[in-house]
Amino acid sequence: MSTATTHDTHHEEHPRGLLRWVFTTNHKDIGTLYLIFALAMFFVGGAMAMIIRAELFQPGLQFVDPQFFNSMTTMHALIMVFGAVMPGFVGLANWLVPMMIGAPDMALPRMNNWSFWILPFAGIMLLGTLFMEGGAPAGGWTMYPPLILQTGDAFPYLIFSVHLLGISSIMGAINIVVTIVNMRAPGMTMMKMPLFVWTWLITAYLLIAVMPVFAGAVTMLLTDQYFGTSFFSAAGGGDPVMFQHIFWFFGHPEVYIMILPAFGVVSQIIPTFARKRLFGYSSMVYATASIAFLSFIVWAHHMFTVGMPLTGELFFMYATMLIAVPTGVKVFNWVSTMWKGSMTFETPMLFALAFVVLFTIGGFSGLMMAITPVDFQYHDTYFIVAHFHYTLVTGSVFTLFAAAYYWLPKWTGNMYDEKLGKLHFWLSAIFVNVLFFPQHFLGLAGMPRRIPDYSTQFAEFNMMSSLGGFAFGLTQLLFVYIVIKTVRGGSKATDKVWEGAEGLEWTLPSPPPYHSFTTAPEVK
Amino acid sequence: MTASTGSNPKLVKRLLLIVVGMFGFGFAMVPLYDVFCDITGINGKTGGRVAIAAVIEPDLDRTVMVEFIANVNQSMPWDFTPVVSRMEVHPGKMYRTSFHAKNRTDRTMVGQAIPSVTPGLAARHFKKTECFCFTEQQFLAGEGRDMPLLFMLDPELPEEIEVVTLSYTFFDKHKAIN
Amino acid sequence: MLVSKVKRWLTALAGTALLANAGGAAAEWKLNLRQGVTSISQEAYDLHMLILWICVAIGVVVFGAMFISIIKHRKSKGAKPATFHESTSVEIVWTVVPFLILIGMAIPATKALIAIEDTSNSDLSIKVTGYQWKWGYDYLGEGVSFISTLTTPKEQILNQQDKGENYLLEVDNPVVVPINKKVRLLITANDVLHAWWVPDLGMKRDAIPGFVNEMWFNIEKEGTYRGQCAELCGKDHGFMPIVVVAKNEADYQQWLTDQKAAMDADAAGADRDWSMAELMERGEKAYNTNCAACHQANGEGLKAAGFPGLKGSPLATGPMDAHLQMVMNGKPDTAMAAFGGQLNDIDIAAVVTYERNSWGNDTGDLIQPSEVKAAR
Repeated sequence: MSTATTHDTHHEEHPRGLLRWVFTTNHKDIGTLYLIFALAMFFVGGAMAMIIRAELFQPGLQFVDPQFFNSMTTMHALIMVFGAVMPGFVGLANWLVPMMIGAPDMALPRMNNWSFWILPFAGIMLLGTLFMEGGAPAGGWTMYPPLILQTGDAFPYLIFSVHLLGISSIMGAINIVVTIVNMRAPGMTMMKMPLFVWTWLITAYLLIAVMPVFAGAVTMLLTDQYFGTSFFSAAGGGDPVMFQHIFWFFGHPEVYIMILPAFGVVSQIIPTFARKRLFGYSSMVYATASIAFLSFIVWAHHMFTVGMPLTGELFFMYATMLIAVPTGVKVFNWVSTMWKGSMTFETPMLFALAFVVLFTIGGFSGLMMAITPVDFQYHDTYFIVAHFHYTLVTGSVFTLFAAAYYWLPKWTGNMYDEKLGKLHFWLSAIFVNVLFFPQHFLGLAGMPRRIPDYSTQFAEFNMMSSLGGFAFGLTQLLFVYIVIKTVRGGSKATDKVWEGAEGLEWTLPSPPPYHSFTTAPEVK
Repeated sequence: MTASTGSNPKLVKRLLLIVVGMFGFGFAMVPLYDVFCDITGINGKTGGRVAIAAVIEPDLDRTVMVEFIANVNQSMPWDFTPVVSRMEVHPGKMYRTSFHAKNRTDRTMVGQAIPSVTPGLAARHFKKTECFCFTEQQFLAGEGRDMPLLFMLDPELPEEIEVVTLSYTFFDKHKAIN
Repeated sequence: MLVSKVKRWLTALAGTALLANAGGAAAEWKLNLRQGVTSISQEAYDLHMLILWICVAIGVVVFGAMFISIIKHRKSKGAKPATFHESTSVEIVWTVVPFLILIGMAIPATKALIAIEDTSNSDLSIKVTGYQWKWGYDYLGEGVSFISTLTTPKEQILNQQDKGENYLLEVDNPVVVPINKKVRLLITANDVLHAWWVPDLGMKRDAIPGFVNEMWFNIEKEGTYRGQCAELCGKDHGFMPIVVVAKNEADYQQWLTDQKAAMDADAAGADRDWSMAELMERGEKAYNTNCAACHQANGEGLKAAGFPGLKGSPLATGPMDAHLQMVMNGKPDTAMAAFGGQLNDIDIAAVVTYERNSWGNDTGDLIQPSEVKAAR
């Protein structure tokens, strides 16, 4: 199936125009579709964030009513997690995995087509809830019952769209695993695979393991609401806290699903611009695997305040603290890679360096909230909001930018505008900190999350955060401009693009042929 | 292209099996969680089951305070109160008390009382041999009655626990089912 | 070049800081965790500082190494890349050392956690019930119970009035507790999840319908401490604050006595006849606290959200008995709660009377608290 093409010319027979994109089974086309979808959703979710920050600009209710505000926080999270970050990384995997392991395409090209085309429908269904009676879901992206059961007509649409998003992710993950396991070029042993491929392999297994659990949890919500079961209702012998356990059994690995591929991207970029091999390759692989393993036994640290027995709290505290060890190993390895290198600072490298610093700050606050007795203070405050935005925005989103700048010349054959790229970086890096750093202070001072209005003591930092937010949001338009400009033209990129680039994808022409490696390269 | 291409369907099948298995695991977490709760006393679940009334030597040297709390969920229009709010008990000895409930409305209603014990570690040492929480309770319009509770604290209740709180919450069965 | 960039960064930061500062009055720039007034909050603060400084130290080392390398090992300075790319001994060191640091953190954390979870030997138990969107308190064994709701006027929230000092953090009935006593809270909820949190007391705990959670605190200093619901609970999640007033033992006992007296007075008051003016005055207050969130202060409701108006409605102008039943027992499967369990006879009589004689409703009906009592 995957080897159907035998031509090595660039001009395959495939439909032109719109139909090309609908019926495509090509990994590059599908990768592009994923990336465009992710970027579009990034702006939809971002617009919601702008509404949130506008309402929080000053104390008092100015623009939206509290119910709609709750819808915004809920939808912002769902869209960003399932619409922007995850599809963004799947898009990267689609483009890069076959090129990095010396394969012509993904192993299951038709399934690849389905797994993408489910997404827009799921996304439209989710966004459609905004116009329904009773409003969009407003119970938080964590969908805790009983509150989520108070959702109006939107409720079944929320559940079904989550199901669809889950099916899409699972199909994507299966495809990636099969491709990596079965399609490597001769000589490409597991321990020779680029780290991006490794981290995606582990991520894909995580997806396969936890997305079905999540689907199960929301199915139980659905049957509780419409079919008289009482999984989560105390009245029928259920327990609302059980939902939180099942949700976070999915939710914690989900967090790593969004960050492990980022680790992979950074591990590709830093050696390139340090012109020095990645330090501690095998320990990077083991660290990634241990993080993935640990992610299954720490879930209850998201819910320390539900009232667990002491032994449970201690177990989850210790397990959570342990994650700091492999994560630390990764950071130390990146720094050692730079050490005594010969560094240059093109845009991808700048984003990667910002990632190392800012993600580590997010890691530090994560370590702080692992400490249960203090987490009782941090829990459900803006300190948490600051923490996960440091890991997700300056972690995952920054890496997606880094990856885009790094591989865009390869994908399009054109160099992006370095000046504009750097401008995009500096504006983003400054404003993201103006946006999120003050939220640490807000949380510590006692501002709960998910509130549309706050007491006047929190006014200054909220205003600062909002200003940072608006500026950060505007800056991202620059990124769209840069990408469009690069796609349209620019100075021609060489095959290798970057002086220090290593790996099979750089041996292909820029842009690469429609089918990546029609004859398998020999990896020594 | 590569020698191993032929094994794609096999690998896909295996991965799909994991998917199905994990979907099942999500549901399996429900009974697993109950077992886990029984052991650890999460949420003070005491289970709605009749405890076996074994004859145990009461520990007359030890006194534990038992507090009773009554709640109604979703502002259910019932009055619900413990007849006594606290009792001093000896572990191993059987005690009887009761709760009073009244349906204030002009229609027949069915309620289900859900027990919760705190501290959680005491939950599985709280034995009930007779309780209105074992079954649904039907109240006619305006009906009020006392409902008995026969209970005992297991002498194995951890030493450091001096106060045990038993809470009942009445849920409107009609509402719960929708 | 880098230096100029750093300068630009700093100027930008300072710029936003100034701007924000100009926007708000009386800037109190609280940066750190609150120390609070209990042993738990102090312990949490100490742990927080310990971990924070450890993180800062690690950060200085790691980022220091990184910035040295960024400054010195750059191609523009003619740096030639080294070729080393692994070292088992170094890898072992930076796995083991963090592990030891973690153990150093875990020991005090474990101690603190054990102390926090020990609810035994309490002097006083209060049952806390989370409602959408207010808190109920029952002093167990004292027979004192009340509902605590936000008192910040709607006009302040809608920016039609200047905001007060305790904007959104003020309630009609604060929880009063004695100082230097171990107070145990039994926390539960009436509808959805809530979480009871007062930062200065150092602890929060979820309120879960059907289940009871425990937490405790022992306040060392007299004062008023404010907090909020910390678990998303729907529309007015941000508008159900918590106010704890800590008093010395004598003042606390006095307060208890006063509360009981007030409850007795209400009970006795239920038997006497009330005048229309008295009921209307009390009714307006009770209506604004309990009903206006949905039915609105002008009695017109919120049609879009499905909250019916009472102005000229058949219920509020028709037979009084149906109206009373609705207020006391609610309407199943709607947001209309049964207030019979939350309000006393006088307040119910007052609310019903108020609703029947306001906003152009002119039934002239008057219902006595004794009639409400009889209807129970």
